[in-house]
Amino acid sequence: MVSKQIVFKQKLLPYLLILPEAVIILVFFFWPASQAVLQSFFREDPWGLSKQFVGIANYLTLFSDEGYLKVILTTLYLSSVVTVFSLLGGLVFAWLVFSLPKKHGSMYQTLVIWPYAVAPATAGVVWLFLFNPRVGIAALVLEYFNVDWNYVLNGSQALLLVSLAASWKRISYNFLFFLAGFMSIPRSLVESAVVDGAGRLMVFRKVILPLLNPVITFLLTMNLLYSVFDTFGTIHQLTQGGPNHATETLVYKVFSDGFLGLDLGGSSAQSVVIMTAVIIITVIQFKFTQRKVV
Amino acid sequence: MRKRLLLAGALMLCLLPLFAGGSQEQVSAQDGPIEIFWWHAMGGKLGEKVDAIAAGFNSSQAVYKLIPVNKGSYAETMTAGIAAFRSGTQPHIMQVFEVGTGSMMAAGKAIVPVYELMKRTGQAFNSADYLSTVTGYYTDPKGNMLSMPFNSSTPILYYNKEAFKAAGLDPERPPKTWAEVEAYSKKLVASGAVKAGFTTAWPSWLMIENFSAWHDTPIGTKSNGFEGKDAEFTINNPLVVRHHENLAQWQKEGLFRYGGRQGNADALFSSGEVGMIFNSSAGYAGAKASCDFEFGTGMLPYYDDVKGAPRNSIIGGASLWVMGGHSEGEYKGVAQFLAYLSSPEVQADWHQFTGYLPITYAAYDLSKKQGFYQKNPGTETALLQMTLNAPTANSKGLRFGNFVQIRDVFNSAQESIFSGEKSAQEGLDEAVRQGNALLRKFEADNT
Repeated sequence: MVSKQIVFKQKLLPYLLILPEAVIILVFFFWPASQAVLQSFFREDPWGLSKQFVGIANYLTLFSDEGYLKVILTTLYLSSVVTVFSLLGGLVFAWLVFSLPKKHGSMYQTLVIWPYAVAPATAGVVWLFLFNPRVGIAALVLEYFNVDWNYVLNGSQALLLVSLAASWKRISYNFLFFLAGFMSIPRSLVESAVVDGAGRLMVFRKVILPLLNPVITFLLTMNLLYSVFDTFGTIHQLTQGGPNHATETLVYKVFSDGFLGLDLGGSSAQSVVIMTAVIIITVIQFKFTQRKVV
Repeated sequence: MRKRLLLAGALMLCLLPLFAGGSQEQVSAQDGPIEIFWWHAMGGKLGEKVDAIAAGFNSSQAVYKLIPVNKGSYAETMTAGIAAFRSGTQPHIMQVFEVGTGSMMAAGKAIVPVYELMKRTGQAFNSADYLSTVTGYYTDPKGNMLSMPFNSSTPILYYNKEAFKAAGLDPERPPKTWAEVEAYSKKLVASGAVKAGFTTAWPSWLMIENFSAWHDTPIGTKSNGFEGKDAEFTINNPLVVRHHENLAQWQKEGLFRYGGRQGNADALFSSGEVGMIFNSSAGYAGAKASCDFEFGTGMLPYYDDVKGAPRNSIIGGASLWVMGGHSEGEYKGVAQFLAYLSSPEVQADWHQFTGYLPITYAAYDLSKKQGFYQKNPGTETALLQMTLNAPTANSKGLRFGNFVQIRDVFNSAQESIFSGEKSAQEGLDEAVRQGNALLRKFEADNT
């Protein structure tokens, strides 16, 4: 396809048009990011009274700290669980709603999308009330089945709880994309497969899933980034990174070291590490999706 | 893509509160009263009380106007204050929690020591009027008061009298030793009155810091850090290890139930799930409001084979720091307010309303005279325990830099011990190692 090139007559106009965007990116990304990079090479008391250039000492401390490796592993675990749970959940719900007659479908559609409107911190509070070892309804049920539920002390339970709470919210988002994906699949393809004698499961596996591939790739990256960044509110409400750092993710550690510990150099170094990781992931995703996602 | 960049950008921005100055306008009004800002972390009922204190001060004179501003949690208040200082918009008075004390003392020209403020402004001030166990925490090695104690508390035992009765225990006799705590817990659990014997709030503050002071044992060298930044932790000593071995064992047997950090364990006690809780004396009002059973208070238990125990407990809570960089005229007002705040009437009222300790002897006496302790049995326990014996170098308090992070290290170690992941010795050794690393870092940052 030959694209028609639009040429502006005024030379200035295009620059003016992207100016607001450029300003926003400069002010909210480049400037603070450069400050963080700068800060990560210094050691400084919180008051800014003394500042000392330490080279890459902050990075060395970070990577020689066993705790940081644990945090990376926790982040990987959390993001894979959240991604798998929420992708599967979204897919199942979307398939169920898609299979319903339209009249009922739209009602369920609204209901399933609802949790997406809930702020992460609020979601944390909801799950806190459900699973609080003292007063939570879900905790009472677990106790009835003789499960020793105490996520305040049991790290793996805490991590599971955070994963579930974070996934729950994300299911709605994925649901929306999957449903749209289903709807864009031509009926004729499904019908011809059915005529050829394929059962429901066969149609799903051989026809629908391959056609959903671009959507899945896109959601995979989005969910991965979501679970790395947006789980902060949920973690903050539910566990504050505990017990014994069991639910501390990369982002949470930046907060607790920088805000609570007032270690500016160290937490800047951590944020530079995260920034590098995000840039790499984004570049990879960009390469992939440029071809595949419409 | 753009969204993600923005997200990352916003995150970066969050990491740099330093240059994001507060938008607070501090106009030095020529005609109106001189405004004095007080940043604090008192929410809810406590916040209303703070407003009432400010209103009281403002109506007592016309030259100054005190404006209290709630800045969120303790940590948030401190971070906000630091960010404000870096951009030159700091308040006059800032409330800082006791674990932030080490950082404040190292703040150099960012603060004005209270004793110096009083001298400079000519405000009458005698540090001997203040409870020595409270001020000991906030004085320099020469005994000069650096900050003004405001809300100080100390941990005590709360016990459920009804559960005690159901278990055949004397409801007027709380356990005195840890052996008794164990025996009582067994009886309580056996009677079915509760699910577990006891729990604790603020695990590090209670089971390491106060536990050690109460047993006249140091938690670190250099007089718990009072005598130098090159101190090292010693909490992997046989006494603390033994206590944590016991706690881990009791957790396993269901006698102890870990309820989380800070005040999260409160709910275990008020819901009647455990029969006893170790908690801050400032939790008295909250317990009164949330427990639908009668409860009593007692002093902290001790191991009776340890020489020198029980000694005295140490405090927690927060104090008021005067920030640097304001005019002399404003400092006069700050000094006047701190004097007003220390007056017996204001202090006694604050103490009786909140359960925090009265910070002056006069306020304590006034409360006695008013018959407060007779009308509210159990409220004096904290004071009796604090003043049980004269503090030693081991029980004067503690002064370590980076203590916010260090307490997190201690809490994490305790959690790994209580969950059985590590032995008491392993966990505490690890805590000492990490704690010392943070101390060294603080030492390097502040020389």
